[in-house]
Amino acid sequence: MSDRPGSGADVIWAAGSPGLGAPADTEWEMVIGLEVHAELLTRSKLFSGSPNAFGGEPNTNIDPVCMGLPGTLPVLNRHAVELAIRVGLSLGSLVQPSVFARKNYFYPDMPKDYQISQYDRPINVGGSLELPTGKVIGIVRAHLEEDTGKTTHMGGAGRIDDAAYSLVDYNRAGVPLLEIVSYPDLRSPAEAREYVTELRSTLLAVGASDGKMEEGSLRVDANVSVRPVGAGEFGTRCEIKNVNSLRSLGRALEYEARRQIRMLSVGEPVTQQTRHWNEDTGRTSALRTKEEATDYRYFPEPDLVPLDPDPAWVERIRAELPLLPRERRHRLAGLIGEDPARVSLVTERGQDDLALAAIEAGAAPAAVLKHLEQNLADGSGELTADGLAELIGMEARGELTSNQVKDVLAEMVRTGESPATVARRAGFEAVAAGELAAVVDRIIAEHPEEWRRLCAGDGRERKKMQGFFTGQVMRATKGQANGRDVAALLADRAGS
Amino acid sequence: MTAAGPALAIAAAVRGGERSATSVVEESLAAIASGAELAAFNTVTAEAALARARRIDDAVAAGEDPGCLAGVPVALKDNICTRGVATTCSSRILEGWEPPYDATVVGRLNAAGGIVVGKTNMDEFAMGSSTENSAFGPTLNPCDPARVPGGSSGGSAAAGAAAMTPVALGSDTGGSIRQPAALCGVVGMKPTYGRVSRYGLVAFASSLDQIGPITCTVADAALVYSAIAGHDPLDSTSIPEPAGDMSGALGEGVAGLRVGIVAELSGEGIDGDVSARLGAAAESLASLGAEVGEVSVPAAVYGLSAYFLIAPAEASSNLARYDGVRYGLRVPAATAADMNVATRTAGFGDEVKRRIMLGTFALSAGYYDAYYGKALKVRTLVLRDFAAAYERFDVLLAPTSPTVAFRFGERTGNPLAMYLSDACTVASNLAGHPAISVPAGSGADGLPVGVQVMAPALGEAVMFRAAAALERAQADRRPAGSGGATAGSASP
Amino acid sequence: MTERISRDDVAHVAWLARLSLRADELERFTLQLGDVLDHAADVAALDLEGVPPTSHPYPVGNVLRADVPDGALDRAEVLAQAPETEEGQFRVPPVRGEAP
Ligand SMILES: [Mg+2]
Ligand SMILES: [Zn+2]
Repeated sequence: MSDRPGSGADVIWAAGSPGLGAPADTEWEMVIGLEVHAELLTRSKLFSGSPNAFGGEPNTNIDPVCMGLPGTLPVLNRHAVELAIRVGLSLGSLVQPSVFARKNYFYPDMPKDYQISQYDRPINVGGSLELPTGKVIGIVRAHLEEDTGKTTHMGGAGRIDDAAYSLVDYNRAGVPLLEIVSYPDLRSPAEAREYVTELRSTLLAVGASDGKMEEGSLRVDANVSVRPVGAGEFGTRCEIKNVNSLRSLGRALEYEARRQIRMLSVGEPVTQQTRHWNEDTGRTSALRTKEEATDYRYFPEPDLVPLDPDPAWVERIRAELPLLPRERRHRLAGLIGEDPARVSLVTERGQDDLALAAIEAGAAPAAVLKHLEQNLADGSGELTADGLAELIGMEARGELTSNQVKDVLAEMVRTGESPATVARRAGFEAVAAGELAAVVDRIIAEHPEEWRRLCAGDGRERKKMQGFFTGQVMRATKGQANGRDVAALLADRAGS
Repeated sequence: MTAAGPALAIAAAVRGGERSATSVVEESLAAIASGAELAAFNTVTAEAALARARRIDDAVAAGEDPGCLAGVPVALKDNICTRGVATTCSSRILEGWEPPYDATVVGRLNAAGGIVVGKTNMDEFAMGSSTENSAFGPTLNPCDPARVPGGSSGGSAAAGAAAMTPVALGSDTGGSIRQPAALCGVVGMKPTYGRVSRYGLVAFASSLDQIGPITCTVADAALVYSAIAGHDPLDSTSIPEPAGDMSGALGEGVAGLRVGIVAELSGEGIDGDVSARLGAAAESLASLGAEVGEVSVPAAVYGLSAYFLIAPAEASSNLARYDGVRYGLRVPAATAADMNVATRTAGFGDEVKRRIMLGTFALSAGYYDAYYGKALKVRTLVLRDFAAAYERFDVLLAPTSPTVAFRFGERTGNPLAMYLSDACTVASNLAGHPAISVPAGSGADGLPVGVQVMAPALGEAVMFRAAAALERAQADRRPAGSGGATAGSASP
Repeated sequence: MTERISRDDVAHVAWLARLSLRADELERFTLQLGDVLDHAADVAALDLEGVPPTSHPYPVGNVLRADVPDGALDRAEVLAQAPETEEGQFRVPPVRGEAP
């Protein structure tokens, strides 16, 4: 589908494209790698017992450990480890013995002024994510770390650089994060969005995260560079932070690509930088260059011990994994005989089980796909697979008009009743065959001139008059007559 | 029979209803007051201690058993967190901070009937070997007030030596329990790393820190150790296996026990008087039937260098949290970062700054491999060399400190000279092994000398066994200071 | 082997550690840190190829806690310890720049 992100080939940016303001003699392509931080769906924090909950009063979900009080020590949350392993196995990563490290830097929302993260021995290494288009994006690693608190900049219109003071809330401090790092395999903003969408579906499927970008439970940093099409080497990259929605991701990447291309087109080198995406201005701005890069002084976290998950545990987690979005896409596509990309909307909405069952119950795959895509965007509610199959059968037999089908379907989503029940209650029931014949004969008798024109007219006239009589019959039956039945009766009476 | 010690005696008397815990605590508080010029305590919790004593007396009266430390006054080093009671680490930066929770050891002491009477002075954040680095001024050595009590648990050692409390807890990162115990003429013990929970011990160097007892006798040390040791789910590095009862080991004697004198820790750099006491201690063990020999632990030579890279590196990270945002001192400034700098610059003393910078450097880009990375590998060598030594010997023997107590100011201008005070003790911390300092007679100027018994990981029983024998053999040479001397008029 | 630590090194390290040093302190600390690092030169010079590092002296592994919420702190008690608070939050001077 053309309106789906990334369905086409890699986007190639001509420097001379409108808005780029650079000579048109070079074509550029983007190289994008994403770091996605996903908050894990645990009940308590990564290293301590205060609740992992969004939206509480400031500084109410805190305990001595997540506040980094002197003398406190971290103890690792088993469920966070399990969720990390679930994601790793879903991505085809190697789940390996891992070690926590301290990443040292000062910031008020970091209670210990170091973050406990994983550095040279992450829990998950390698793996890949297949997009609906079939393109496979490599995964570098997916490691566990703790989240920081939240700093609010007060005064100066909330802008960071002229705030009067700042307030810190530690409710989020210590919430478990999984940082999933991709290889720079993405080539367009649309593809980057598609990657995040697919990753999000995977996280949701395995119950690792709620994936709510608007609540910050899924956060994306992007490494972006551009290079002339055909170049073998990567250009100098910039890291874009503060991207808070899929839409911003696309906008930020496009802006950043244009900026880099504009510079390179006039012979200015791109400097390696961390840049901040500003949603309001639609621009990225430099935070710091590589030379100013912080020296994090990573070293093994001495308060934690190595993590070496028991292989039996890992296998148990693997055995309990649900079907992944990719697998579900392939399963449905295989059954329908379509391209996986064609069915991805249904699997993303989690309606593929319904589709499969309806097809199994005898419904035509194409009709199933059509209804799911067009009429069930807000979910399938109480709708059952048997009901859907029945409805599609009634539609195929011409027992309901397409408008009636939509009405019946909406009611089935609400109540879960059978289509026959709904149609009957709505008075949609088709007119009985004998009744219909009587109506047709009465209408013919009432319109002799029109009937003559139908019987004697040429092909065009005949068709026009068929329409007239059909309309009359429908009006007489309040739209409950079956169009095909009416056509057959008219043909019979005309003796043709 | 073995020397019981005041803690065992008090607990027995209180449990038996022969003495009231209240009278014991009153006596302890009086001793603390009369020795105030030693500056052993940062905080005395008299009211809370007396209230607890009364509850223990009520329990005894009601026929209950308050536990193996019933009524025993305990002094806590001021880096052990106590709920609602200032915990300063003898630093300005923790000014006014009252922890909202108790350290695990405090809970265990309470559960055993012990009574916390106060918090003792120390080198700031346990960084030092003389207690001269306290923001509140130094503690004086009860044996000679012109001299340092050692450190960093100098207040705890002084409290024990001056008979203010029969039991004090210290923390030992590179010798900070054993060295002051030696310099004050009392017993100081560092357990196997992971035996005693670190939860609630304000971290200096996480992979080296252990809490342990400072007492007058080996038997009392074993009693306190048994009370505070054991698995704690709040400390990931806590050893799951139970610590066990040590009392049986104390009377076993040393016949047939293989005792190795560590060559690298007992030759060069050790004062003659200290070497002489070590030799005498070894002889006395031999006379009791131990097989005494010399053993080489080659990597021990590098121990001090490795220690002074690893400990500061961990400390640089552990002490980052004192930034003026959430608790303790804040020095106002225009921006958050400037406030961090102003607060830390004003709140930390020179030695803490030195170690933070040293550790930051050892971890920094381009230097990690040469310094911190190498030090961790040396740690492997230390473990290997100890393992080899313990194939031939059951326990190892070394001096605790290269010298007797030194005078105030003698080493403050030269950090490296001060660091050498830990030369004999750091190897046990790097290896995570238990070690105990036992008074072994007097050296120069009649000052106490300590001898250190080291054992392999989890070898507390054999360590206490040898230490108890050593103590019995030395009983008649106990230095004058350990019997409850009060301070003279001299000051640093 | 690395060269003796310079004043610039110490100044940089002081900034990383959020400490400020007067000129005389910088001078003194540079000398003192140099002495300690000289003493550590024996370690830096060792050939330890193939020796694994030891970060934990006693081998314990896989220490995990159940995912059960507990141990919450009373906000008032925590905020009472803070140098400055506002509306249930910790107040600090303006933070310039984002977290690195
Ligand atoms: Mg990152
Ligand atoms: Zn991260």
